Amino acid sequence: MSQAEGASSNQTGKSARIARQVVLPFGKSLEISIKSIKVRFFRSMITVASLVLAVAFLSFILTGANVAAGLLRSGEPQLRLALVEAGYDLPSLPPPGVAPQDEAGKLSASPKERWIVILSLLVCTVGIVNAQLMAVTERFREIGTMKCLGALDRFILRLFLLEAGMQGLVGAFIGAILGVVVGLLVGLVRFGLAAAANLSPLDVLATLGISVAVGAGLSLLGVVYPAAVAARMRPIEAMRAQE
Amino acid sequence: MAEAHNIVRVAGVARTFTMGTQVVQALRGVDLTIKAGEYLSIMGPSGSGKSTLFNMIGGLDKPSSGKVFIDEVDIAQLDAYELAWLRNRKIGYIFQTFNLIQVMTALENVTLPMTFAGASQDEATEKGLELLGLVGLRERHAHRPQELSGGQQQRVAIARSLANTPAIILADEPTGNLDLTTGEEIITLLKRLSSERGVTVISATHDYKMLNVSDRVVWIRDGRIDKIEERSELDITVGGIGAREA
Repeated sequence: MSQAEGASSNQTGKSARIARQVVLPFGKSLEISIKSIKVRFFRSMITVASLVLAVAFLSFILTGANVAAGLLRSGEPQLRLALVEAGYDLPSLPPPGVAPQDEAGKLSASPKERWIVILSLLVCTVGIVNAQLMAVTERFREIGTMKCLGALDRFILRLFLLEAGMQGLVGAFIGAILGVVVGLLVGLVRFGLAAAANLSPLDVLATLGISVAVGAGLSLLGVVYPAAVAARMRPIEAMRAQE
Repeated sequence: MAEAHNIVRVAGVARTFTMGTQVVQALRGVDLTIKAGEYLSIMGPSGSGKSTLFNMIGGLDKPSSGKVFIDEVDIAQLDAYELAWLRNRKIGYIFQTFNLIQVMTALENVTLPMTFAGASQDEATEKGLELLGLVGLRERHAHRPQELSGGQQQRVAIARSLANTPAIILADEPTGNLDLTTGEEIITLLKRLSSERGVTVISATHDYKMLNVSDRVVWIRDGRIDKIEERSELDITVGGIGAREA
């Protein structure tokens, strides 16, 4: 309210500083970003595809660990043996004095797998940065025009972050589900029905949660630099950019 | 009273660009006063500094020396926020390449500046439709830019430039990408809006059709004002140019 009042009082005094009110409501930003994604659906899909794959890989590995933990926790010797045969680094007999719970907790992906997951996530982030930088270049005119119409840097930043956030959530969710399903199927093939029977639903939920959070986080991380480039662009570029 | 008011004042403006090791002087001291409600054309060959001067007036570029006042406010003194406000409320831009936002419909393009200005959805829609009606495109409000012809896109852009009832409309080669007839329609429309609404129209152009409607023409050459012609002197000159061109 005080801003509006400021506007009217300032307009009377010509030499007064110009009143400040330039806004873009959040709902409107969301609307614009959704529209942009819809219109460039194919492009968005490509950006999202790498994220889906990387997150699917992460959640696949995590699910594998969940399955193994479930089997170990059951305390049945033949399931333990099956795990050892499948290559898990376990003594073939439970060590005395260690509860199956604790042992299962330590049972995670092998260091090699971990490195591959981290690498794939890194590659995916670099891919997102690249795709978003291209998107910014493609949209130079649009961004410049918006700035000529009075958009502030932070409106542009927000639009890009929102788009990336939505793409990230959707991509990460699809990837997480895909990884869990495939991970479970592989578990069933290797260990039979026991894999599913002993699997803790809480573990699976945690896996989904971690995967979605990591995926969405990486998507946002990947757009920070491109969005900053877009936001800092000077409106004069809108005039310059020819066909 | 309103007519006597100076909407734009350019005082001793120079602008240099550094291109690699070379320093290019785009403007070498320009003085110009533009009155509210005037229809002014800036003419000049490419490379004359015409676009640079135009961008200064639009608050898109800052002078290396000298001052640009819009509504008696020195734009060099404004911060990013105030410049955005100025672009939003005081100035309407029309581009050679129309620059409609491709993902939005005609109506959404027109209402965007109003949204930035804090108008509610209903207010903006109502005014947006009214403005589209003014340029004769009300029934096409739901069309995307790709579904409109060049002339129609430029008319949407004109409606958009009027969104927040600006004091100045800046048109950069508004007919540059249009054929002869469509260009004439756009010029007529701009002239009509300028005289009906009292908006100051400033256009940078090569288009001699613009001369007939201009109150004043500023000729730029080599970064300086070559001459300024009033409307009364113009008809003769136009004939002269036509003869020279033919």
